[in-house]
Amino acid sequence: MNIVNFTPFSAFVGGVIIGLAVVLFFIGNGKLAGVSGIASNFLTSKKNRIDNLLFLIGLVIGPILFSIFINNEIPFLITDSFPLIIFSGLLVGIGTRVGGGCTSGHGICGIGRFSLRSIFATITFILTGIATVSLVGAI
Amino acid sequence: MNKIISLISGIIFGFGLTVSSMTNPAKVLGFLDIFGKWDPSLIFVMLGAIIVSAPFFFLFKSKTKPLFAQSFSIPEIKKIDTKLIIGSSLFGIGWGSVGLCPGPAISSLALLNNYSLAFIASMFLGFLLAKVLN
Repeated sequence: MNIVNFTPFSAFVGGVIIGLAVVLFFIGNGKLAGVSGIASNFLTSKKNRIDNLLFLIGLVIGPILFSIFINNEIPFLITDSFPLIIFSGLLVGIGTRVGGGCTSGHGICGIGRFSLRSIFATITFILTGIATVSLVGAI
Repeated sequence: MNKIISLISGIIFGFGLTVSSMTNPAKVLGFLDIFGKWDPSLIFVMLGAIIVSAPFFFLFKSKTKPLFAQSFSIPEIKKIDTKLIIGSSLFGIGWGSVGLCPGPAISSLALLNNYSLAFIASMFLGFLLAKVLN
């Protein structure tokens, strides 16, 4: 194992900021900031559709503000294989809905609530994620 | 008020994702590449977010209602079942194959690129398929 590109400070600060968003959404609206839930509810349910949409729009405004006030270069390095991206998107969409959450819903909100279910889910998706990266790297 | 809270929460969330570089798929893949070139940063993102939010989840447990809504909407479901394991496993495979999960994927729309669009379109299709499956 080689540790590279490790940025603990900016990661922690970013995490604290995400935590503040989670707190505001929770004490203000009484909801958990699980992005897969918010996005799929926006798509499939009429209830609170505008609220959900506004949260998603906010997610897009965040990086724009970052690029205006902090640094206009936001690194974004992704595979150029559209079939892989479509495969990945489908699995993320189906998986997060069948499993009831993603990195934010289970990984942050769920663990923050000490939900055993979310701890289990987070360990599962990190493990299959590690397995996938190892397999793809081995090919 | 709910609408303003939703928008501001989303903005802060997206800003935090960018500060921590989680909007970069390569950074996320680095976290999952534990046997290769490992970048443990994502652990610190989760730690920061959990340390800030956990006390509030705990403190508001006994409160009956949030500031601007009639009640809390917290999932009641507690069981660890095959759906949870299968769903989370599939999500992990998808996450590990490109390095995008729902939050960063949507935030990365700010970078105006076709990859994010294709990912989000197929993720939304996945949401619909899951709804049909259920």
